[in-house]
Amino acid sequence: MLIWIALLGLILFSVSAYVAGRRKVLSAAGGRARLMHSLPGYHGAYLALWTAAPAIILLLLVSMFGAQVEEVVLRADPPAAVSALPGSTQDVFYNDVVATVTGGQISQTVYDGALGEAFAEKLVQARDIHRNLTTGALIAAFVLALAGAAMAWPRLSADFAARPRVERWIAVLFLACSVVAVLTTLGIVASLVWESWRFFQVVPVFEFLFGLTWDPQIAIRADQVASSGAFGAVPLFMGTFLIMMIAMTVAAPVGLFAAIYLSEYAGPTVRAVVKPLLEILAGIPTVVYGFFAALTVGPLFRGFFNSIGAQFIGGPLDGLGLYLMQVQNQMALVAGAVMGIMLIPFVSSLSDDIINAVPQSLRDGSLAMGATRSETITRVIMPAALPGVMGALLLAVSRAVGETMIVTMAAGLQARATFNPLDTVTTVTVQIVTLLTGDQEFDSPKTLSAFGLGLTLFLITLMLNIVALRIVQRYREQYD
Amino acid sequence: MTPLSNLGASLKMTAQRDDALASAGTNRATAGKVSATEVSVFYGDKQALFDVSLDMPDRMVTALIGPSGCGKSTFLRCINRMNDTIPGARVDGKIILDGEDINDRKVDPVLLRARVGMVFQKPNPFPKSIFENVAYGPRIHGFADNKTELADIVESSLKRAGLWKEVADRLQAPGTSLSGGQQQRLVIARAIAVSPEVILMDEPCSALDPIATAKIEELIDDLRSQYCIVIVTHSMAQAARVSQRTAFFHMGAVVEAGATDEIFTNPRDTRTQDYITGRFG
Repeated sequence: MLIWIALLGLILFSVSAYVAGRRKVLSAAGGRARLMHSLPGYHGAYLALWTAAPAIILLLLVSMFGAQVEEVVLRADPPAAVSALPGSTQDVFYNDVVATVTGGQISQTVYDGALGEAFAEKLVQARDIHRNLTTGALIAAFVLALAGAAMAWPRLSADFAARPRVERWIAVLFLACSVVAVLTTLGIVASLVWESWRFFQVVPVFEFLFGLTWDPQIAIRADQVASSGAFGAVPLFMGTFLIMMIAMTVAAPVGLFAAIYLSEYAGPTVRAVVKPLLEILAGIPTVVYGFFAALTVGPLFRGFFNSIGAQFIGGPLDGLGLYLMQVQNQMALVAGAVMGIMLIPFVSSLSDDIINAVPQSLRDGSLAMGATRSETITRVIMPAALPGVMGALLLAVSRAVGETMIVTMAAGLQARATFNPLDTVTTVTVQIVTLLTGDQEFDSPKTLSAFGLGLTLFLITLMLNIVALRIVQRYREQYD
Repeated sequence: MTPLSNLGASLKMTAQRDDALASAGTNRATAGKVSATEVSVFYGDKQALFDVSLDMPDRMVTALIGPSGCGKSTFLRCINRMNDTIPGARVDGKIILDGEDINDRKVDPVLLRARVGMVFQKPNPFPKSIFENVAYGPRIHGFADNKTELADIVESSLKRAGLWKEVADRLQAPGTSLSGGQQQRLVIARAIAVSPEVILMDEPCSALDPIATAKIEELIDDLRSQYCIVIVTHSMAQAARVSQRTAFFHMGAVVEAGATDEIFTNPRDTRTQDYITGRFG
């Protein structure tokens, strides 16, 4: 609460610094901005920045690390009754003390006797520490704001180069934002690696990468040793690969040919209609594709294969007929086909950009040689655009590999090492979802295996993306 | 010459035209090989060319000069119907090539362009090897029945374009690896590989340095003995050096056309005089 008031005060303070700085310089220059090195606004901003920035940084640091500091100080001098407790109970004790002060959740533990006295004593100490730290931080922020303003104030004069200095502050702000993005990514990767490492201590890497059975369910049974669950990821990666291949079989030709039509054949009117429509297709949430696959395409395909199977029953292909009769709604083919449809706009809009980037002079050159449009496309434009198109397809592959929703709904959950598109299969992402939904303990190999899968998937898509971007980049350099 | 409508059958014959006869220059026609009558071009609602009439004789270089945006390139692109590829472009009027209207509905622009080659302002070799660049036209038009024939066509085209000596030992290198001037000569070799009758050049030297320009001009002078060449240029000196006939374009219309000597020494129109003496444009 106090911190918000402090922030509000700080804002008011820097606004008035802005106004004051502006006014000071304007009056120094006799009200004529053209005589000054920088516009008056820059002088105001310079003063305001020096007022607000150091104080805000201090408040941020306090809010991030204040709690840790408090705890360290609190634990510095433990009462005898508390030191006698085992480590984890000590943690509960201190947590309860801090929670009582700051209004957090308190455990059910009742402290009495010597422990009760210790609790009361520590409670008083914790209150003191908390209050001291908070008021200390506020006072320090106030002093910093004043000091910053006092340091910047005398510098302001008509000749003072405020503009480049403000520019530098702005650059620092942008840098800070990009650092946040990078640090977040690093944090995610670090947590993936760390948790995977814990997982691989229970399940050997070799067994995980090359094991042919995926059955993590056994692992959570209390009477069994955790690692006796089967954690062979091969069926999952095979399922992922199978569905990706089906999806690309649909998306690559359709998307590419659509792109060729749009960029080479379509007139402006057709383009104006078709391009936005394709973009709408790209805007459909994957979950909608998912139930489209599960409720519409799945039954349709099953009906189709069942009726074909019915033709074979009793004939020489009786076995095949029986198999086709038993095909279910959920199969790799349905998930793959719908995922392919989802990827069409992705492939076509990327390829469209790439084909359009092929210089018009090549088109003219080929047409002027007496080549037809399709000869020009197959012999000149596609060879020129091929690296870029390959990059676009690889990006589509990495999206297909990471796609979850459609597969969850339309491909089933059984982990099978098969390349039969009519089987139910499951993918890496779907397994991660099923492993982590619902109540789970977060240190069993079952849940930890999600991190192992996540890390492997991350490495695969990372590699795909790097290769794809490299290809696209090389292509760009060629024509820019 | 063959009528355009059954050109496909006669392309091979054209390709193997007797060069000796052609270079002898016995058939120096004064009537136009290509002759345009009242050609107008519209891009959408905007008219770019106004009733242009011009004769371009065989075995001569006709230069089209004039300030930027005066319609020279637009007119050039009418002759091989490249304006068809621009959405919203419309061409009125008649352009006769060997007695036949090229805008006739029976004429296939694809076959027409095999007879009327074009060289662009910026060298535009395809992203293929030097050999494949030159072989491109013969391949799509089926001029060669086997590999030896194809190699012969490529070699003779490169020789005629004066590039053979420089690239003979690296025919498989990418066309884009050549220098700008070499690329432009490669593109000319590519154009003459299909044995066109007319070659259109749209400021072929504007992206080149003076030495490369001199080589191209020399080449144009050599090629004159076999082809009807139409060249758009911004350089008065170049027009004077390479062309026998000159047409001065201004605001989408032909102001004056005639023998190059005449135009440069004794222009009838004051606008022509102002332009060639550098007073505007």
